[in-house]
Amino acid sequence: MLLAIPSTAVAEGPGLGEPLSAAEIPFYATYVLPDGTGLPPGQGDALAGAEVWASTCAVCHGETGREGPMPPVVGPTDSFSKPAGQFWPYATTLFDYVRRAMPFSGPKVLSDDEVYAVSAYILYQNGIISESHVLNMHSLPEVRMPNKENFVDHWANSGETPYGGPPNGASPN
Amino acid sequence: MDPKRRAGIKTARSELTNRRTVLKGVSVAAGAALMAPGGYREARAREASAEWMTYGGSPSRPYGVPASHEGHVKRALHIPWEDLARAYSWSDTPLEKLRGTITPSGLHFEVHHSGVPEIDPEQHVLMIHGLVDNPIRFNLPALDRYPMVTRTHFLECAGNSYEHATSPEPLMRTVGKLHGLVSCSQWTGIPMRLLLEEAGVKPEGAWVIATGGDAANLSRSIPLEKMTDDTLLALYQNGERLRPEQGYPMRLLVPGWEGNMNVKWLTSLWVTDQPAHTRDEVGEYADYLADGRVLQFTYPIGVKSLITHPSGEMMMSGPGFYEISGMAWSGLGKVEQVEISADGGATWGLAELEAPVLPKAITRFRMPWQWDGGVSTLMSRARDDKGYIQPTRTEWSARYHPDHYGHFNAIQSWRITDKGEVHNVYA
Repeated sequence: MLLAIPSTAVAEGPGLGEPLSAAEIPFYATYVLPDGTGLPPGQGDALAGAEVWASTCAVCHGETGREGPMPPVVGPTDSFSKPAGQFWPYATTLFDYVRRAMPFSGPKVLSDDEVYAVSAYILYQNGIISESHVLNMHSLPEVRMPNKENFVDHWANSGETPYGGPPNGASPN
Repeated sequence: MDPKRRAGIKTARSELTNRRTVLKGVSVAAGAALMAPGGYREARAREASAEWMTYGGSPSRPYGVPASHEGHVKRALHIPWEDLARAYSWSDTPLEKLRGTITPSGLHFEVHHSGVPEIDPEQHVLMIHGLVDNPIRFNLPALDRYPMVTRTHFLECAGNSYEHATSPEPLMRTVGKLHGLVSCSQWTGIPMRLLLEEAGVKPEGAWVIATGGDAANLSRSIPLEKMTDDTLLALYQNGERLRPEQGYPMRLLVPGWEGNMNVKWLTSLWVTDQPAHTRDEVGEYADYLADGRVLQFTYPIGVKSLITHPSGEMMMSGPGFYEISGMAWSGLGKVEQVEISADGGATWGLAELEAPVLPKAITRFRMPWQWDGGVSTLMSRARDDKGYIQPTRTEWSARYHPDHYGHFNAIQSWRITDKGEVHNVYA
C-alpha cells in the first residue's frame, strides 16, 4: 500500500500547476544579482549613453541627471539626498531597473546596449567611472559604488526586531 | 428633492407633471390625493411627513454606492508629476470619516509606482521558478480550485506619514491627509506555502523575488520563511475579487510587513539563495539613519496608533461629553494596550479595546471624555504583545537622517484650542 500514501502537497492542493519551461520565463521575472548573474550580452559607455540620455531620459531627470523635475539620479542635490547613481550599493540594480522600468511612460524599449550605455552615463555623471569606461556583463558588476559600505542587512542581523531596539522604547541598536 | 420643488407640487399641476416625468418614484396615487375633492385631510397628513415618505423610493440596483450626501468621503489624490508621469500616484484613506476597523475597498489607500495596469485575467499567469524541483505556472481558473483561507490584516505603506515625519513645522491637515496610507481589509486567498510546496523548493532556496505585472514590474525580495509562514496569494478583498488598484487579479498579502512587499498584480515568484537588491530595496524603502548607515530589509510595521475622533481640522461642537475613538495596529502581533492623554502626555489612562483584537489588524479603541472647553492636547500611545511601544516624535526623528520618512510610528498629538479647533501639533 506504499503507493497510496500521498505527499503533503498533493493531499492539501489540487496540484494544477503546469510545467514552465525556461524559454517561457521573461527577463523581468528574474533580477540581475549583485555578482552580475542575469546580465545579458552587449555593452555601452557614457559617450554612447549621452545620446540616449538626451533623447529619452533628460525630459524627466534633467540635462545632466541633476535637474529634475523627477528625482535626480546624479548628486546628491539640494532637493534629493538619495540619487540612484550615488546612493545605491550595486550598479546591477541600476542596470536592471532601467531595463525593466524606464523610460517611465513607455518602458522596455531600450536595447541592452542602450541600457549599458545609460547606466554608464549615470555612473560617469556621478564621478564613479570615466567617460570611456565600457560596461558589459563582466565590467558592470565590478563597479565599486561609493555608498556600499554604509548598507546594513537588518534582516540578517536582527530579523523581525524593529529598528529602534528592544521593546519598551529603549535606545536604538 | 428640495423644499422649493415640493412647494411647486401644491401650487401647479404642470409642476407636478414635470416632477413625475423626472422622478420615476412619484406615485400616481399620491398625486391624485392632492387633487381629489376632500383631499385636504390627506394633504395635511403629508405635511407632517418628510418628503421621502410621500413617494416610492428607488428600485434595487446591481451594485451599491454610498449615499449621495456622503459624496465627500473620498480618497485624497496625489499626482506629483501630472504632465510627465501621471501613473506615479497615491491616495489617502479618509480615516477621520470612517469608523470600525474595516476600510471599504473603494477607500483603501493606493500607492502606484507605475499606475494601475489593465490586466486581462484570462491571459494573466503566475510563475514559480528558480531553485525549485518543478518550475510551474498557474492561471486564474486553476488557482480558484485551491483551498483558501480568510484573514483580516492591515496594510500600511512604509512611507505613510511621510510629510508629517519630515516637516519642520506641524502641517494643518486631517488625520487622513497626514497618515492615510493605512487601511484594513478581510483578505481571502491561498496560503503561499501550498503553492511553493507544489513547486518543491530546493534546500538552498532561501528567498523569493516577487514581481508584479505592472509597467515597472515592481519586485521585492522576501525571505522564504515569511512566504511559508502566513503569506497569502490574495484573490479576494472584503469578499469580492480584488479591485484593479489593489492588484487584480492576484497580489501577495504579507501580513504585518511594509505595504510595498505586498506585490500587486503578482506574476512571478523566483526562488533564489539571496536577495536581489531591487530598486525599492536599495532606495525608497531602505532606511537612511542619522549616522549615514542605510538599513535594508526592515520589514515589519512598528506599533502605531491614531486618535481619529476628534482629529486634525475638526471643530468641537461645545464643551461636554465626547467619545475619543481611534485605531491602533502592529505588524508584529496584537495591540495589547492603548493609553490616552488629554494633557500632552503628563498623565495617561487606559482606553477600551474593542474585541476581537486580531493580530496584524486594526483595533479600534475608545474612551469617554468630558471636554471642559479649555485648551487640551490629546495623544494616544499603543503597545503591542511583543512589548514594543510607540516612540515620541522627537525620539523617532533622532534615529534617522533628516530626509528619512519610512516606518514612521511616533505618537500623534492633537491640540484642541479654547475655540474648539483641533490641530496637528508636535507635543
